[in-house]
Amino acid sequence: MRQRPSGKILALHAGIIVVLLVAQLFLPPYHHTNLARIMVFASFAVGYNVLMGYTGLLSLGHAMFFAAGVYGAGLTVFHLHFGAIEAFGAGVLSGLALATAIGLVALRTTGVSFLIVTLMFAQAAFLTTLHFNQITGGDQGLVISSELASLRIGSFEFSFADPAVKYNAALLLFAVSFAVSMALVYSPVGRVLIAIRENEARTRMLGYNTYKYKLLSMIISGAISGAAGAMYALLFSYVGSTFASIQYSIFPLLWTLVGGVGTLMGPILGTGLMFYVVDVSSGLTHSHLIVVGIVLVVLVLWFPRGIVGTVRERWFPWLP
Amino acid sequence: MATDNDTDKSPTEADDLPVSRRSVFRSAAALAGAAVAGGVVGRYLGNSQPAAAPAGDDHKPPVQGAKSASAQAAEQVPGRIVKPASGPGERPIKLGFQAHRTGIGAGYGGWYERTTRAAVKVINEIGGIAGRPIELIVEDDGTDPKRGAEVVEKFATQHKVDFAFGTLFSHVVIGSAPRAGELKLPYLVVSEGYHVASGALNRYVFQPGLSDVRSQVTAISSWVMDNLGKKATIIFPDYAFGYNHRDFFGAAVAKLGGTIKALIPIPPTESSFTKYFPKIPSDTELLYHVMVGPGVLTFVREMGEYFGSKRPQIFGFIDSLEGVDMASPGLEFLEGTYFWEGLPRYAGEYPTRGHKFYREKLGLSDSGASVDDAKDVSNNSHMFGCWETLFIIKEIVEQSGYREATPRDREAFIETLENTRWFNEGIEHPQGHKMFIGKTHQSHSQQFISKVVDQKLKVVHRTSIEDSLYEPETDYTKRAL
Repeated sequence: MRQRPSGKILALHAGIIVVLLVAQLFLPPYHHTNLARIMVFASFAVGYNVLMGYTGLLSLGHAMFFAAGVYGAGLTVFHLHFGAIEAFGAGVLSGLALATAIGLVALRTTGVSFLIVTLMFAQAAFLTTLHFNQITGGDQGLVISSELASLRIGSFEFSFADPAVKYNAALLLFAVSFAVSMALVYSPVGRVLIAIRENEARTRMLGYNTYKYKLLSMIISGAISGAAGAMYALLFSYVGSTFASIQYSIFPLLWTLVGGVGTLMGPILGTGLMFYVVDVSSGLTHSHLIVVGIVLVVLVLWFPRGIVGTVRERWFPWLP
Repeated sequence: MATDNDTDKSPTEADDLPVSRRSVFRSAAALAGAAVAGGVVGRYLGNSQPAAAPAGDDHKPPVQGAKSASAQAAEQVPGRIVKPASGPGERPIKLGFQAHRTGIGAGYGGWYERTTRAAVKVINEIGGIAGRPIELIVEDDGTDPKRGAEVVEKFATQHKVDFAFGTLFSHVVIGSAPRAGELKLPYLVVSEGYHVASGALNRYVFQPGLSDVRSQVTAISSWVMDNLGKKATIIFPDYAFGYNHRDFFGAAVAKLGGTIKALIPIPPTESSFTKYFPKIPSDTELLYHVMVGPGVLTFVREMGEYFGSKRPQIFGFIDSLEGVDMASPGLEFLEGTYFWEGLPRYAGEYPTRGHKFYREKLGLSDSGASVDDAKDVSNNSHMFGCWETLFIIKEIVEQSGYREATPRDREAFIETLENTRWFNEGIEHPQGHKMFIGKTHQSHSQQFISKVVDQKLKVVHRTSIEDSLYEPETDYTKRAL
C-alpha cells in the first residue's frame, strides 16, 4: 500500500531544493563551488543511505560504485569522446551494473560478513584501476577537460568550466537523488526495505523474498552512487584511482552517520557539515584531524542518531 | 507488509526489535571512529619522516643568519606565515602554498613547507617581490586530489592569491590542475612527474623549479649503461610512478644498445619481496630499482639477504630513501650501490656558495638532517624545487611587470615565463642552472649520481643539462589563455 508524504513533509523537502536553488544568487564564489561539490557528494551519501539507512546493510565498499561512475563517465569521454549526457549515462550504468554484480554475490552474506565482502570487492576494484593503468591513468589519473565538449541543448551551449553550470548540474543531480530517495521511502518497496532493516526474519516469514528486495536496494544505491561519481568527473574534470580507495568508502558512511542514518535530509547536512569542519579547521591548525575527531565525538555524544535523526527522535517525529 | 497508516510518522520508526538497527549504527560509529583515529595517527606517523641537506659555492649571500629548521617550525603559525609590513600603498604578493601536511605525502610535505618558509623569509629580507612582501598562505590538501582541487579554488576565490605553487604528489597535481586552468590561476608545481611536460594539463600549470622524471632518467642513462652494465633488470612499483621509470629507462636502454633482461612489477600492497628476487635473470649486470613507500627498508634488507656478497651492480632513485638515514639498520647492503640524487644530501658533495647558503637558511647539517635533530633527515633531492620556484616567481613578476591578479597581468606573467630560457645558478637556484622549455612548461637541469660509501652518498658523476633533454611532445604556448 503506497503512502503519501504529508504536505508539510513535501513543503520542507521542496523548500530545501528551493533554498539551494536561490542560494547560488548570493553565495560568494568559493562557497558557490563548495556547495556544488557538496551536493554531488551528498548525492553519493543519499545513495549510500538507501542501503545502510533504509535497508540496514552496512557496506564498506561504496567507493567502487562511486568510482564506477567516475570511470564510466571519464573514460568514455577520454577514450571514446562521448558527449556529457552520454558519458553521464555510461557512469550511471556502470554503477548500476557493478552494484548488480556485486549484490548477487555479496548479499548471500549478512552483517559483518557483508561488510567484509564489500570491503574486499572494493579493494579488488581499487587494485583493478591501478592494474589497467594504461586505460585508467592509475594512481595519477586523467584530466578529461580537453576531451569534454560543451553541452549543447537546443541552441544553448553550456561549458562545464562555468560555475553556474557546475552548480545547477550538481543541484539537478541532488534534487533527483533526493526525490528518488523520498519516493522509495514512501513506496511499498521502501516499506519492505525498512521492514528488512528492522527484522529480516520476520519480513521473510511474511512471505517477502528479502534477497530480491535487498538486491534492488543495492542496485538503486549503486546507481545513485555511480551518478554522483559520473557528475564529479564531468564537473571537476578528473578521474583517478583515489576515488576507488577505502577513504571514499568511509566518507559516505561518515556523512550519513553525522547527518542521520535513515533520514532524507541527513546526507546533505552531514556532507556539508563535514566539508566545512575540515575546511575551516585545516585553516586554523596543522592538527585539524584532531579537531575533526573531537567534533565527531561531540556529535556522537549529543546526537547519537546523527543530527537529523536525533532531532526527529526528540522534537519532530514526523521527519522522514 | 510493514506499513503504517500515519502518513506523518517517520518510515524509519520501527515498532519493535530495534536490535539490528542499533547494531548497524554502533558498528558504523565504531568504524567511523576508528577511521578518524587512524587518520590522526597516520598523520603523525606520516610526519615522522626525516629531512636532509647539501653544500655550495656561488653568489654572495645577501642575507645573513639562518635559523634551524626546527626553530623555524616552532615559530610557525598554522595557515599563514610571516606577513611583513608592505611599503606605502603596496599590498603584499599573496602566494598559496598547497601543502601535503597530512596523508601519504606528509613526510615530504613537512620539508617542502620548511623550505618554502625559509625561502619566503629570505625573499622578504632582501626586499620582497618587486618591492612587495610575500604573504604566504598555506592550506593542507591531505595529499588528496579532491581536496587539492578544493584548495586551489580556495586560493583563487577566497584568499585571492596571485599564484599557487608547491604541490608534490602527481595525483594531487593532476586533480588540481583543471581547476587552476578554469580559474586562470598560475599554478607552479614541484612534482617531478612527467604530467606537466607531457601536455596532459593546461597553460596555467608550470614546473620550473624541478626537473621531471623523464629528463632525470634520460640524463643518467648513458652513464649508468657505460659504467654499471648494459643488461638491465628493472624492479618497479606496479603503478604510474613505476611505469614512468620502466618506460623511460627501458627506452633509454634500447636506444643505447643495452638489453632489458626482465621487468619486475611489484604490487603496491606487497610487504615482503623475497618471491620476486628469483625472477631476476642470472646474467643481469644492472639491477635498477625505484621502490618507494613504507616497505622499502624491507625491500633492501631482503634484497641483501638474497644476493649476499654476489650481486649485480645496483642503481636506484633516492626517492626510495628520501628522509631515511643512510646509516639506518638494514641499509648496510646498499654499500657500493648507486643512486640518482637531485641535489646531494651530504655537505661537501656539491660545495657551491648558493647551495651552502640554501642549507644554512634551512638549518641543514652536513649529513642532510636538521641541525636540531639528526634523525630528521631532509628530502634534499626534491625540496629545493620549492625554494627555486619562489625565486622564479620573483624573477618573472619583476620582469613581466605583474602587479595585480588581473587576466592581463597573469597573461604577462605566463608569457614572460614561457619566453624565459635560463635560470642561473646562485642563491636563487642552488641546485644549478635551469634550462626552461616554454613549450613544455618544464625545466631541465643537471643530475647527480652518487655512490654509497661508508653509508654516505658520495657524488661520482654530474650530468649536463643537455643529457636531460628530450623532444617536446606538446606546445602549451599555442593553447588558449
